[in-house]
Amino acid sequence: MTSETGARTAAAARRHAGGVRMGTGRAGDRIFVSAARGSGIAVLLIMAAIAAFLVWKAIPALQDNKANFLTAEEWNPNATPPRFGIAQLAFGTVVSSLLAMLIATPVGVGIALFISFYSPRRLASGLGYVVDLLAAVPSIVYGLWGLAFLSQHMEGISRFLNSVLGWIPLFGGDSPGKNSIFTASVVLAIMILPIISSISREVFLQVPRANVEAALAIGATRWEMIRMAVLPYGRSGMIGGAMLGLGRAMGETIAVAMVLTFVPGINVHLLENGGATFASNIANSFAEASVTGRGALIASGLVLFVITLLVNMAARAVVARRKEFV
Amino acid sequence: MTTLSTGRGPAGKAAGPSLTSVSAGRKVKDRVVQGLVYLAFLLALVPLVSVLWTVVVNGAKRLDPTFFQFSMNAVSGSDKGGGAYHAIIGTLEQVLITSLIAVPIAVLTAIYLVEYAGNGRLGKLISFTVDVMTGIPSIVAGLFVLALWLLTFGFDYSGLAGSLALTILMIPTVVRATEEMLKLVPNDLREASYALGVPRWRTVCFVVLPTAMTGIVTGVMLAVARVMGETAPLLLTIFFTKAINNDPFTGPQASLPTFIWEQAADPSQNSIDRAWTGALVLIGIIMLLNLVARFVARRKAPTGR
Repeated sequence: MTSETGARTAAAARRHAGGVRMGTGRAGDRIFVSAARGSGIAVLLIMAAIAAFLVWKAIPALQDNKANFLTAEEWNPNATPPRFGIAQLAFGTVVSSLLAMLIATPVGVGIALFISFYSPRRLASGLGYVVDLLAAVPSIVYGLWGLAFLSQHMEGISRFLNSVLGWIPLFGGDSPGKNSIFTASVVLAIMILPIISSISREVFLQVPRANVEAALAIGATRWEMIRMAVLPYGRSGMIGGAMLGLGRAMGETIAVAMVLTFVPGINVHLLENGGATFASNIANSFAEASVTGRGALIASGLVLFVITLLVNMAARAVVARRKEFV
Repeated sequence: MTTLSTGRGPAGKAAGPSLTSVSAGRKVKDRVVQGLVYLAFLLALVPLVSVLWTVVVNGAKRLDPTFFQFSMNAVSGSDKGGGAYHAIIGTLEQVLITSLIAVPIAVLTAIYLVEYAGNGRLGKLISFTVDVMTGIPSIVAGLFVLALWLLTFGFDYSGLAGSLALTILMIPTVVRATEEMLKLVPNDLREASYALGVPRWRTVCFVVLPTAMTGIVTGVMLAVARVMGETAPLLLTIFFTKAINNDPFTGPQASLPTFIWEQAADPSQNSIDRAWTGALVLIGIIMLLNLVARFVARRKAPTGR
């Protein structure tokens, strides 16, 4: 008995050291390992199935399409012959989420700096929780709020921006409105604030204490300490957080769908009503979609899936790079 | 962090005048940045307070017993009355089914990643996939279930289809939360158990999991709170109904998020009031779940030993 136990402990120790060998030959162990590994493989299969089925169901609609899928601005998959393209959707998605990222990143990093370095230490975790509450609010509620409250106040801001910065095409146009891509971007910016600030906070926490204290010891002010020790160290984390926020903004559906009023065609005047994103278009046109219409929506969803996948993978790679240096 | 608060120390105390003086320009810059950082935080509070305030004020109008007792069956958009009973039932059933499917898969996956995978290639691949899955837009999850369950297998819209879509969104969050908690369990505990001759699976089930349990429960509750507010995938999978449908396996069901979406689309003020009350109820449930999860997490953390 003793020797057996000893052998098993040794095996356990070896397993923890090497981490490769598994299974002690007991039935219970074998069943449990297969259940655990099976679940892991199920996750892989789900991911593969998502890509496979989206492609499969998109192909028939794409074959029927009489317009250029990539460059056409119209979306009439229910017509005969069906004509649809993603140009307008791609424009709306990319522009609204980039703008949201530009608005949210400085604020998010500022929040992270505030919680990590400026707020009273005792309050830090509580304040972090308050910011996380922003992430807990469901997107449908943001949509409702954006429609009923924010957009009313955005009209004035849009008019102001239009009169001051109207010479820049993006802020130009004759009739700045409240249901514009700009309003949608502000809602998106609020929604991605928590992720940017929480990832920035995570990297700020990892900044080596020695660097911080060295900066302070040579007489740096708090801002100089942050600029010398914190920001260079946290750069990849902040960039990664901003990109994760970008990915999330691109996939956000309901809030955008509620805030935007659909006007066909690309409009570079971001302050004017109109615009659509991949996700908002799916939510808005699904109920009336025919068979081809559904296929077309699935095809546009596939494009969204691929774009967010690339953005997220790039973001993870940037965040992970920091880990390797430590 | 204490050392950081002494950041202004060198400027203020002791030493000779040549060392203490911080030039005015540097001081101003420091103050300006401090102001900006405070401003950033306040800026984040504005939408939070505004959202909660608007929802509470507008939602309180219809927060009456009728709202919880009746469905929208035979109630048209401009009518007064009507309620979200059907939607609340739908949401609860869908979230329950989602949890029943997602939690076992996610917890077992996390166990595999922490306890068994080591540095193996499969473990790395799964871990990467979970990361990628976290970023899937919720509407894409809905489209996938639409393509697989409804269009390929030919099933009808149902609460179950909605649950399947939510499962995809819930799995990665629970895997990550469970993984974090399992990693916190000290190795000594596992080794002590092995030393007593306890097989590995019993060690995981009766030593590791109970130690990490509170953390896992917290993670699951936060994940439930998150999927409960998802609207987009449900639009494509459960569709709409105004009537009570207690059976999540057949026929379209309602849910709180789609109820809000439906009511908000109606121009009548009575409908919009119902949408706000729906939002208040939804946000109330989600905040409650969040608070309870925090409370559970604080009461007993696995690092206690």
